[in-house]
Amino acid sequence: MAKITYIEHSGKSHTIQVQNGLTVMEGAVQNNIPGIDADCGGSMACATCHVYVKEEWFNKLPKKEDGEEDMLDMAHEPNKFSRLSCQLTVSDDLEGLVVNLPAKQA
Amino acid sequence: MIDTDVLVIGAGPVGLFCVHQLGIIGLKCEVVDNLDKKGGQCIELYPDKPIYDIPAVPECTGEELTKNLIEQIKPFKTEFHLNDRVEEVKKNNNKWLIKTIKGKEFNASSIIVAGGVGSFEPRKFSVKECEKFEGKEIFYSVKDKTIFKDKTVSIFGGGDSALDWAIELSSNSEVKLIHRRDEFRGAQSSVNKVKELEKQGKVEILTQYQLSSVEGENKIKSIGIKHDDGNIKKIETNYVLGFFGLIMKLGPIVNWRLNLDKKHIPVNTENFETNQKGIFAIGDICTYPGKVKLILSGFHEGALAARGCFKYAKPNEKLRFEFSTTSKSIHKRLGVKE
Repeated sequence: MAKITYIEHSGKSHTIQVQNGLTVMEGAVQNNIPGIDADCGGSMACATCHVYVKEEWFNKLPKKEDGEEDMLDMAHEPNKFSRLSCQLTVSDDLEGLVVNLPAKQA
Repeated sequence: MIDTDVLVIGAGPVGLFCVHQLGIIGLKCEVVDNLDKKGGQCIELYPDKPIYDIPAVPECTGEELTKNLIEQIKPFKTEFHLNDRVEEVKKNNNKWLIKTIKGKEFNASSIIVAGGVGSFEPRKFSVKECEKFEGKEIFYSVKDKTIFKDKTVSIFGGGDSALDWAIELSSNSEVKLIHRRDEFRGAQSSVNKVKELEKQGKVEILTQYQLSSVEGENKIKSIGIKHDDGNIKKIETNYVLGFFGLIMKLGPIVNWRLNLDKKHIPVNTENFETNQKGIFAIGDICTYPGKVKLILSGFHEGALAARGCFKYAKPNEKLRFEFSTTSKSIHKRLGVKE
């Protein structure tokens, strides 16, 4: 389990416990957190689960695999702290992770 | 006006196999899809990526799967209306009256929505002022390339469309290619070609930049692009092209009085009918307890929805269950020689 905080673009914050093994995207979708669409269901084919990872967390996360950066080209306003939340698998190591959601996903 | 038993919306894998199931039980159907080709997400999002969980097919690509599904429905000679989109759905006595954006009209006893997560539309720039120039000086696809002759064109994106158009337009226009990072994801040969053109001074490449503003009254005068380090650069340009791939939008489906759960249509699991009698939903767009977004689940849903359509198409007949191995009537429909 890891406590993960999702901050909507409006500033509204949601902190939830997400089970290990789920992705950060699934944690949001299963808990009805608005702002993550995940149209393709987690197959890295749509870029609608885009999040900005807080700087202090960004370098602690496993590196992007091939393809994620390509998909991020299509995300709404990506920056250097952008990730696709479907590619972030939850483990105890992610305890306290904070992600910011973009203004919109598409 | 086209009369048919069932109108299938969406020519993705699930829509295609549903055409097969409708054909097997002797129902006529027509298919409408927004894309210019059959295959839906399989073709648009991952034509070359392998799929490993189609029953009895250990591995195939999205393109191969689509090809086989098309082959399988050949005997039914189904009419496909591609590059078109269903706009309006209205009850008309016991039937449904369906209108598309291109003005086609269908009269069908049932509708099967196999629309994935909606129809594909180009992703747009996030800068608000872009809207007023869209279709005039800002484009997300090129219909008439002659308008760019001797003009400055700023092309955004890092994939094949952006690279291909940068190469194509560089012979007659002043081209700037702008991308948010140094790496381009398009074909290596195109990347090499663009870099070559840059050396020759025919294309200017600006990386780690994204569009930040658009200036101009009736016509675009200039645009602002923002570097990752925060610096903003002004560029005088006549046209702006954006190639950021496609996004799926539910579109007009929201107006058809169907219950919606987020972006999905709730259905029963007996025949995948929605809250509207005679409108069914299958594949990624439908939801029910335990729903799994797999192609194979969509095939099952299509088989049951097709049978659900039977009572509306032929209210005075009873649907008999038959196996395709032994049924003479199925063989006839498939054109199998006895």
